[in-house]
Amino acid sequence: MSKMKRREFLKVTAGVAAGAAAPMIWVKDAHAQWNNKPEKGAKLRVLRWSRFVQGDIDQYMKNVQAFSAKYGIEVRVDNEGWEDVRPKAAVAANTGAGPDIILSTHDDANMYPEKLVDVTDLATYLGKKYGGWYPVCEAYLRPNGKNWIGIPLGCAGNTLVYRESHVKAAGFSSFPRDTDGFLKLMKALKEKGTPGGFALGNATGDGNVWTHWLIWAFGASLVDKANKVVINSPETIKALEYAKELYATFVPGTLSWLDPNNNKAFLDGQVSCTPNGISIYYAAKTSQDPKLKEMAGDINHANMPIGPAGVPTELNLFFNQMIFKYSKYPKAAKEFIRFMMEQEQYGPWMQAAIGYVTHPLVAYEKNPIWTVDPKHTPYRDSMKIMRPIGYAGRMGYASAGAAADFIVVNMVAEAASGSKSPKEAAERAQKRAERYYKV
Amino acid sequence: MKKFLDNRNTLGLMFMLPAGVLLLVFLTYPLGLGTWLGFTDAKIGRPGQWVGLENYEFLWGDSVTRLALFNTLFYTVVASVLKFFLGLWLAILLNERIPFKSFFRAAILLPYIVPTALSAIAFWWMFDAQFSVISWVLTRMGWIHGYIDFLGDPWNARFSVIAANVWRGVPFVAITLLAGLQTISPTLYEAAAIDGATGWQRFWHVTLPLLTPIIAVVMTFSVLFTFTDFQLIYVITRGGPLNATHLMATLSFQRAISGGALGEGAAIAIAMVPFLLAAIMFSYFGLQRRAWQQGGSDK
Repeated sequence: MSKMKRREFLKVTAGVAAGAAAPMIWVKDAHAQWNNKPEKGAKLRVLRWSRFVQGDIDQYMKNVQAFSAKYGIEVRVDNEGWEDVRPKAAVAANTGAGPDIILSTHDDANMYPEKLVDVTDLATYLGKKYGGWYPVCEAYLRPNGKNWIGIPLGCAGNTLVYRESHVKAAGFSSFPRDTDGFLKLMKALKEKGTPGGFALGNATGDGNVWTHWLIWAFGASLVDKANKVVINSPETIKALEYAKELYATFVPGTLSWLDPNNNKAFLDGQVSCTPNGISIYYAAKTSQDPKLKEMAGDINHANMPIGPAGVPTELNLFFNQMIFKYSKYPKAAKEFIRFMMEQEQYGPWMQAAIGYVTHPLVAYEKNPIWTVDPKHTPYRDSMKIMRPIGYAGRMGYASAGAAADFIVVNMVAEAASGSKSPKEAAERAQKRAERYYKV
Repeated sequence: MKKFLDNRNTLGLMFMLPAGVLLLVFLTYPLGLGTWLGFTDAKIGRPGQWVGLENYEFLWGDSVTRLALFNTLFYTVVASVLKFFLGLWLAILLNERIPFKSFFRAAILLPYIVPTALSAIAFWWMFDAQFSVISWVLTRMGWIHGYIDFLGDPWNARFSVIAANVWRGVPFVAITLLAGLQTISPTLYEAAAIDGATGWQRFWHVTLPLLTPIIAVVMTFSVLFTFTDFQLIYVITRGGPLNATHLMATLSFQRAISGGALGEGAAIAIAMVPFLLAAIMFSYFGLQRRAWQQGGSDK
């Protein structure tokens, strides 16, 4: 689908909607049992991250209304910028007061697991009914291998968003699958005057996502399985040398880029390749601007290239759903999450956001949103192939602190920009990380 | 009861009580709690244990904290000096007889009235590597050939955020100094003019000495606001690039709230207190309590 007109777009979305109205796409265990009775007179407060795409919040609120209508439970939903949810959730955990349910990111639940309601029964029910959870879900929310401390909501998948015509003009008939080929492409794009650009400022989302992919692609990691800091390694040095070559192909100014910068630059035609969620494509596709509509036809997506590690090494923004123990209505809260995760609600929600959030349950792979437009397909596997942010160790305060302090982002930025040699940058990262992992 | 209420001391104590409670609850307690947390390894959601000076020992050796301290001092000194001179210059201009004086006096307050977050977003766009209006204008005028990397180069970024801070802070200094200028009696200038004093001599020997108490107060506040700045940095750079614009306040937030290390974040915040106290002491003893202001003469 090179160019999608408004009428065509309506046709395909109508097709998707028809698919959603069909019976269950897959029920692995039709006997999955769920017995839960919400408390009488329950009211719920939900705090969630603000939408990245409009369709998300529109459909989410429709589902909320459907829940309220069915159960007679009033639900208030507050929205905050996703980076502001973490401190609010932390304060709620600390003070024992706040929203009943918080939709947060990455390893937040691992910082205060004892403050959260055990949702093993709900996770087991949903897992059985919908073909199981992807492994990364357990890494995040089943830290002891037994109890679930939250219910996965999915992730904002990241792929390489690129301009097909620019890649072809650079001499590539298809998008490279490995890091060597990718570097060649980026050099060719630069030579053609259509460079790429990746965020290297203190960008919580985009910065962490691609720099973690990079070091993992070369077999490096911040910590090993025993949570020992091992970032100062030969693999890291190789990754940083690669970063230096890659940085030379970027559009100027990426050292200052925060999360919104690459979206703006791409949609303005200044960048032809950048790692991002599907939001760039969504913005172009749903825009009234003819130029952007035309650009949507030229946009395509590819999964992050595979490096010497030989396997996909993506990091995506993981979303969890936590119920706090201070909630007066834990059963109603569980019921709410169950309701929102069921096919009847979750499917249309995925579609409304054209796949901005990738599902955590295997059965939802078959949702038509992933195939109705081939450009959506690379995002389908984001949960399946991603690694948790604390890879290869355990998650908790240390992994959260290290990511929030931009240790990996800063290390890559220092080496890439030449302000430090790869060796110096890796040594500095090792010292900084050791503080969090308390060596 | 009547006797009790008739007692001046009792009444005084009662009237002071609300203010005292407010100070205790909203100032003393948070400061005390912050100080305590700085000596613990408290994490968000966990009370933590006493670790003595460990947080401070780590911070002293931590390259990012040392850089943040340097950035904060540099940011404060350069921005405060610029704000003082620009503010004084504006105040003197506005104190003269100029057309539309009231309009200009009101207009100059605009940067101070606009919410910081909004003006920070405006500066973020103006300094953007791809969309900077400054670069666009200069390119169109043929003065530069490529866009300026305002926020991507460490030193450019430092000066860019200082410029934003100065733009925002100048009105406060200018208007306060203008109020001070208007308290100076015109007879003093007349007397100086009769003695044949030049404009510079009138400024140096009349204006400046009489303005010093106001300067002391306004610059104390200005230094305190600048040293503890958070919003501008958080919106424009988040402390980047390469932590070149991280201030103590932004680093404290990053470590304590985003990173969950409450104890360490509190230690960074408390480490700011000695610097703030030093600024207050300098202003108090160095500028305010000069003998001539109390009827004596300077030695």
